[in-house]
Amino acid sequence: MLTRLRAHEMAARLRDGSVSSVELLDAHLAAIAATDRAIHAWLAVDEVLAREAAAAADARIAAARREGTEALAALPALLGIPVALKDLVMVAGRQATAGSRILEGFISPYDAHIVERLQAAGAVIVGKTNMDEFAMGSSTEHSGYGPTANPWDLTRVPGGSSGGSAAAVAAFHAPVAVGTDTGGSIRQPASLTGTVGIKPTYGRVSRYGIIAFASSLDQVGVFGRDVRDAALLLGTVAGHDPRDATSAPLAVPEYAAALRSPGEQAVATLRGLRLGLPRQYFVTGMEPAVEARVRAAVAGLEAAGAEIVEVDMPHTDYGLATYYIVAPAEASANLARYDGIRYGAAVREGDVISDYRATRERGFGAEVKRRLMLGTYALSAGYRDAYYIKAQKVRTLIKGDFDAAFERVDALVAPVSPVVAFPLGARLDDPVAMYAADACTLPVSVAGLPGLSIPVGLADGLPVGLQLIGRAWDEARLLAIGSAYEVVTAGETWRTQEPADLARAADPSTPAPTLPA
Amino acid sequence: MATLSRRDVEHVAYLARLGLTGDEVTQLEGQLNHILEQFAVLSALDTDDIPPTARVVELENVLRDDVARPGLTREQALANAPEQNGEHFVVPAVLDDGSDD
Repeated sequence: MLTRLRAHEMAARLRDGSVSSVELLDAHLAAIAATDRAIHAWLAVDEVLAREAAAAADARIAAARREGTEALAALPALLGIPVALKDLVMVAGRQATAGSRILEGFISPYDAHIVERLQAAGAVIVGKTNMDEFAMGSSTEHSGYGPTANPWDLTRVPGGSSGGSAAAVAAFHAPVAVGTDTGGSIRQPASLTGTVGIKPTYGRVSRYGIIAFASSLDQVGVFGRDVRDAALLLGTVAGHDPRDATSAPLAVPEYAAALRSPGEQAVATLRGLRLGLPRQYFVTGMEPAVEARVRAAVAGLEAAGAEIVEVDMPHTDYGLATYYIVAPAEASANLARYDGIRYGAAVREGDVISDYRATRERGFGAEVKRRLMLGTYALSAGYRDAYYIKAQKVRTLIKGDFDAAFERVDALVAPVSPVVAFPLGARLDDPVAMYAADACTLPVSVAGLPGLSIPVGLADGLPVGLQLIGRAWDEARLLAIGSAYEVVTAGETWRTQEPADLARAADPSTPAPTLPA
Repeated sequence: MATLSRRDVEHVAYLARLGLTGDEVTQLEGQLNHILEQFAVLSALDTDDIPPTARVVELENVLRDDVARPGLTREQALANAPEQNGEHFVVPAVLDDGSDD
């Protein structure tokens, strides 16, 4: 089946002429039509625009073929490959809801930088995926448009906030997808859906045209079903853009090229590598089966030649409080723009303050309201020093933990999520329990560092991820380690297991995902 | 750290320009206090000599030439407005009509 191919395999078949981009698109549209009613990974599928892009890609490949093998080899890696975008990425003329009712009907007036990159590369943008409202959440249950189900178990969450992108890749609706990660929003859903997800270093990818949540933390990243595919998509969208002053004016390494080595060489990258295992990441409340899978994966890396060093990161436990002060504070400023005047839903009640309050009461969901209240409070007169400034100071300490660790080790290995995918509704009434889902990813975000989540097997039939954390700008090393782990575990049976509930999702009698009343 | 009263919650909602129903105020009062209790762990850390983080990756000041560049057209800028008249966003009056002068 075409949808089961990796993106790099699709690229090879496009070049040898055994498949066309239009055929690839049709196969993925059919997969979406078959299972997305039960999964709800997508908020919009734009068949017309996607078909135009696929036909253009086929024409470009045909022209290159007439020119010869050199022209074929020079084609961009993602030419003609279907890509899913989280619905906070602006594509000119298309919707961008950020999962919020306040942006229902909003049409993007311009393209995000990464969309310009994808279009120049000839990628086929299939549509927009579901997400927690304004990326605030860890389960995609806080979408204003209904939750997404996990393809491994339709009664469970796919993680969040990029849950739609993760589920779409896991369910073979697209080989790769774009997400964003502010506190774990790529790594945690990647872990819960058995996909590969990378949040690069803060500043690696331009956020021009990405709807903002927390500006000192937000970063664009990607999903794939293997490390090479993630590397290809990251390499396509990464790089400096003067329109985002926080994007780094640094050269982007050829991520995928660095992986283009036979298995033996991939494993050679592990020999002599020092990997730190932070004690404090095995947090209270971690499920024993998850811990067992993570420790087994670390043992596998050790058996393949890596040196594992236990490290102390004493401020890890403060990551949660630090993040949940800083991120809501920044969100309270960013979301002030939703005032019902320039765009978005509007309620008119008479005077301007009443209009604002009614518009935002109607347009925002419960989690966004909670975070706006928290953030406004943390910045308000008399509390700013006690909360916001205090948190930014602790942020310095957390960053210091990483600086100290990276003096001793090349990268860190840690859990992604303390738990496997939890049942829909299980944590909705307890915000603190929901926030704890990101205990192992928040410190990395707070320090602005890159994190890669790779699947390392199943616990009770549900996926478990391993987090690789690197120095700033060291994504290439994380991808190399992840790729080597794939080689080491290539023969394990879980590698070929498909999400268990795909057949059930294809059954027309299976209902759309809903939250328990 | 402080606890929020119902009046505090209502005041913060006003600062956030957020309308809340009575039920939402009640629920948020409990939830925000519960969340703030978790934040109390931070006060145990001595941070007197620790500078607050201003940025996570080192970047020099980012400057650009002060030159005009193309932006959205008026039509594009107004396209998503709930109310507009072809030239401007239409908003409720924020000043009175001057009749008290």
